Amino acid sequence: MAIGLEHYLVLSALLFSIGLYGAFAKRNAIAILMSIELMLNGVNIAMVAFSRYIVPLMLTGQVFAIFVMVVAAAETAVGLAIVITIYRERETIDATRINLLKW
Amino acid sequence: MGLVIAFWVLAVVGIAAALAVVLLRDIFRAALSLVLCFLAVAGIYVTLSADFLAAVQVLIYVGAISVLIILAIMLTREVKRGSPSGRLRVPALVVAILFLGTVVFALVNTSWRISSVSPLVPTTAAIGGSLFGEGGFILPVEIAAVLLLAAVVGAIVLVREK
Repeated sequence: MAIGLEHYLVLSALLFSIGLYGAFAKRNAIAILMSIELMLNGVNIAMVAFSRYIVPLMLTGQVFAIFVMVVAAAETAVGLAIVITIYRERETIDATRINLLKW
Repeated sequence: MGLVIAFWVLAVVGIAAALAVVLLRDIFRAALSLVLCFLAVAGIYVTLSADFLAAVQVLIYVGAISVLIILAIMLTREVKRGSPSGRLRVPALVVAILFLGTVVFALVNTSWRISSVSPLVPTTAAIGGSLFGEGGFILPVEIAAVLLLAAVVGAIVLVREK
């Protein structure tokens, strides 16, 4: 059985859903950031698969994937800096106990 | 045939590693399986004949982001407490499954216009051309550079000792 576009898209949807579950269910802030990385990876697989199967000569999907990686790197750096600052102030990174801004 | 086997092996490894990331209680092991998942995704890029992107995936995700995450885990000393799931576990599962079902239903019932042209290999020169060439993505590249600079400065300001 040949591998087609649908296989890659289902794989990417699976990775995204696993990341979505992790981002909602986890309490550790670093675990939430790791789940967001999983979601971004799922999106990247979908973009590269579209690029490969629908416009094989234009590579626009791969260029978009590169920009997603840039934004992911920036997001991780700032997110982990925020997590470390919160840990320094409050001795916890449990997302249910970081509620200073909660109404 | 080799491509088919490679796809299934990489897909199974990637999904299993992703499940381990969200299900393991030990956050350090979760980070290690995140590295495995990133490597499997890099292999998936190779099966999609995106060689440059596979190298970038290994360099940025496996090389840089994983190291950052593991360093942050070490610095926050929550390794012993682990990362248990919160009260929202069942609603989160329901939402994730609903989302997965909707997306899979939509993409199976769409008739994609698959191109029969064989893909461009190697891709590095073509990606460089479309990023920096005439009529390409040069403005987003500049904006990405500004974004990275802002992120680096912001991270330094955030963790600086008062």
